Amino acid sequence: MHETIDTPASAAANGVAGGSAPASPAAAGGDELTIAGRTLRSRLLLGTGGFPSLALLAEAIAASGCELVTVALRRVDPAARGSLIDVLSDAGVELLPNTAGCHTARDAVLTARLAREAFATDWIKLEVIGDEDTLLPDAPELLRAAEQLVDDGFVVLPYTTDDPVLARRLADIGCAAVMPLGSPIGSGMGIRNPYNIALIRERVNVPVVLDAGIGTASDAALAMELGCDAVLAASAISRAQDPVRMAAAMRAAVQAGRLARTAGRIPRRLYATASTPDEGLPDLGPV
Amino acid sequence: MIVLNGQQSDLRAGETVAAILARLDLPLDARGVAVAVDGEVLPRAQWASFALAEHAHVEVLTAMQGG
Repeated sequence: MHETIDTPASAAANGVAGGSAPASPAAAGGDELTIAGRTLRSRLLLGTGGFPSLALLAEAIAASGCELVTVALRRVDPAARGSLIDVLSDAGVELLPNTAGCHTARDAVLTARLAREAFATDWIKLEVIGDEDTLLPDAPELLRAAEQLVDDGFVVLPYTTDDPVLARRLADIGCAAVMPLGSPIGSGMGIRNPYNIALIRERVNVPVVLDAGIGTASDAALAMELGCDAVLAASAISRAQDPVRMAAAMRAAVQAGRLARTAGRIPRRLYATASTPDEGLPDLGPV
Repeated sequence: MIVLNGQQSDLRAGETVAAILARLDLPLDARGVAVAVDGEVLPRAQWASFALAEHAHVEVLTAMQGG
């Protein structure tokens, strides 16, 4: 009777399944995230893909409060109108270039070097895709690329599966953070394996950024409750019916999830635990 | 003949990357632009001087929404 129900989400959020206590108290302020020496006040990262216009992207950035946004590198289109770089510069956000679309370590490394040249940043969100339908990472190529880029002085943030062993390997070779998926990119399926996300948080000593699969605000809150240090949302915001409103929702969800994580949730129990004491209960006589 | 962003162009050997950028309406100091020649990064410092060889494959890249 009155046993704690040890579900993955409750255990992880409690810090009882292996017991990683919250790293730092999360007040409304003073709870910055540090990745490779850069301090971020917002634990929400924004992917810029999928916004119907640059104007809407700018509004969503403002509503999200994010400080770091992803960009891709593609061939110059002479017919393109408006400059993404100018919009992001005006928004005052830092760029996190990605290697989206790369299928081999070679292509990803070259793309990272081009991104460093284009954006004057050593930071790279490393994506090496192994399957066209699921866009799941190619683990051996990912490790190979990560190793080369770390050696080359990059701050590497790899998009990885939710495999705790692979995440550990990536952290061990010197990646600045790991970015496990909740579910496939753009699927909006949320976090399919919360056990693994919680395990990753326990097993790696670098920040964990939940990357793909976020569908709505509660997914982002769950990621933070599981112990993730940040959440990256792209399609969930950019393809929402009202992207600016969803950006605000994600901002609030990430903050709420972080606060809940550091507050320490109560354990799940099968039976009720009275919140009102029985002491002083009056005898109201026989029925 | 030089291949620019996957398309055969009328650019000839000996052209500089700067000339190619001008064709794309990009200044030499364009922000957020990178150039690869035959699968290698060509640093910005060499854009004005590096002369392209016949059949060179040039990729001129910039920031796009993504991720």
